[in-house]
Amino acid sequence: MRLNEYLERRRATRRPLVMTHVVCGYPSFEDNWRELEIMAGFGVDLVELQFPFSEPSADGPLFVKANQESLARGTTVAQCFEFMARVCAHFPFRVLMMGYYNTAFRMGDEAFVDRLAQAGAAGFILPDLPIEEAAGLRELALARELAPVVLMTPTSSDARLAQLAAVAHGFVYVVARKGVTGSSTAMNEDVAALLARCRRATVLPLALGFGVATREDIAFIAEHADIAIIGTAALRAWASGREDGLRDFLASLALPA
Amino acid sequence: MDLFDFAPGREGYYGRYGGAFLPEILHSTIEELREGFRAAKRDPAFWQEYRQLMREYSGRPTPVTHLANLSRQLGGAQIYVKREDLNHTGSHKINNVMGQGLLCRRLGKRRVIAETGAGQHGFATATMAAKFGFRCRIYMGAVDIARQRPNVFWMENLGAEVVSVEDGQRTLKDAINEAMRDWSTNMADTHYVLGTACGAHPFPEMVSWFQSIIGLEAREQILAATGRLPDRVYACVGGGSNAIGIFQGFLDDAGVELVGCEAGGFGPGKGLHAARLAYHDASVGVAQGFKTYFLQDEQGNMLETHSVAAGLDYIGVNPILVWLWEQGRVRFEAATDAEVAETLRLVMRTEGLIPALESTHAFVRAVREAPSLGRDAVILINQSGRGDKDIFTVADALGDANWKRFIGAKAAQYAVE
Repeated sequence: MRLNEYLERRRATRRPLVMTHVVCGYPSFEDNWRELEIMAGFGVDLVELQFPFSEPSADGPLFVKANQESLARGTTVAQCFEFMARVCAHFPFRVLMMGYYNTAFRMGDEAFVDRLAQAGAAGFILPDLPIEEAAGLRELALARELAPVVLMTPTSSDARLAQLAAVAHGFVYVVARKGVTGSSTAMNEDVAALLARCRRATVLPLALGFGVATREDIAFIAEHADIAIIGTAALRAWASGREDGLRDFLASLALPA
Repeated sequence: MDLFDFAPGREGYYGRYGGAFLPEILHSTIEELREGFRAAKRDPAFWQEYRQLMREYSGRPTPVTHLANLSRQLGGAQIYVKREDLNHTGSHKINNVMGQGLLCRRLGKRRVIAETGAGQHGFATATMAAKFGFRCRIYMGAVDIARQRPNVFWMENLGAEVVSVEDGQRTLKDAINEAMRDWSTNMADTHYVLGTACGAHPFPEMVSWFQSIIGLEAREQILAATGRLPDRVYACVGGGSNAIGIFQGFLDDAGVELVGCEAGGFGPGKGLHAARLAYHDASVGVAQGFKTYFLQDEQGNMLETHSVAAGLDYIGVNPILVWLWEQGRVRFEAATDAEVAETLRLVMRTEGLIPALESTHAFVRAVREAPSLGRDAVILINQSGRGDKDIFTVADALGDANWKRFIGAKAAQYAVE
């Protein structure tokens, strides 16, 4: 099933939808699996599996550390694809690859999308690949029913949003504020205005990420967007309290049933 | 040859290399910079203002010096040196920094950030910020801070905040990542003064343009001194800004061979050096905003690099130089740490010059190749910086007992305070 059909169906049942994030191999693949079991228990709709990279320049300190330590433990791209295949086969949520373009470039654009399709992924998010450089990869991805996810940001002009919307597939990842992942975001009228501008630019579901960490944030997203992206906050919860920490954190968000 | 006459749809590309691979959040910022730079480059008054600033503030033009003793001793080509070490702050880095300072003022930004490896670029940026009245923050790897303390001292005393980067290898590439994160947050009032001809377009073009002042001067000066063009021009290549700077003066002179000298570190082998093109351990990749040859593994993760010269200790290389190398216009060689220590001693003793460890890599190749050229041959070396900043590293490399005693005594004195 294509990502948009899946999201359409899920959107009929609850609001907002939820996307979570794990860094492959950090702290370990076994830990990743337990995190995903808990996330599945809360009914998450989408999961980003981040393939670790040595230069994660769009990530904040916690994810930088996670990328670094995963690589130090010897995580390989092949292991990430194998893990992705197991996850896709086992869990009900849909899976996206998240990472940096060099991972795809090194194996070749075509091999990259072939491996994603074989593993059962729904798409990918490559924050350092601007749409101008993505045309070739986009075409290869669409031919395999993979969604190349586009990011819209507070610094994007309306003209830019239109350009981004023209090549967006699946859903749009709206970056709630400037900066990198990890610090908190005040979900205020500025973010609502950004979401409204994005809404005018595209008919696709809007996923809001960067700093989503509280029940109030989820309620805000339910009102102004379609999908809540929970990244750093979940990793922080796992780091401080393992299974219980993550479960308590997700429970505190009062996610829709 | 016009390096910057891009084909339609290929702006910022040099052959297959270059481009702009940045997060969407920086799209409008890089566009603003590209337009501001274009306007400045088209405006003759801007270049005039730049030349005047460099004359009055940095002491340009820097001279070309004939190394008569060394030439005689080697018995081959006449060796000339372009003296970028005589710039204010002691290296060619100031050329780029003052240019970007003028541009930053045109863009109306009040804060600058920069990465630094050896510390020369950070030092130059702190100087520029003090002069222009900008707030300034410098990102520097913890490893580099440990080996280049004197530059940190000057940056801080010039009013800059120096942030120690503790991620990754804790060297130049990690400082670049951290500067990018700052820029992604504070782009509204902040200009990122990238220190070398790498990164996303328009940085390679912009840095090359400001550094072309070296080659413009050097070509005239060597013609005046010798009545002819040099047979070979040598420059060290870390990111590759001093090399593209001097090479641009001679690109159209087919008889002038251009030689880039990379950091051979401990010699060939993954993780032992920072030679992207001279050795065969690098491959094409996309990182830190651009496509070029990187020292990376088969997964696309960056390798450890090593060089005695912090300023050459970098995973990637100027995409323009890669393109020129592919076309056979620039030859790439490497010099090892051991060769650098030996050549530095030779140059100090025969000529009384103290090139930076980075620049000494270019001297290594020139010294090796000069004897095989005739006495009427002329070679030109770009001495990109001065070596007195390297006093701690050089003292270690030379095992200087008197220096160690002095530092020991100084440490004891501070311990009492």
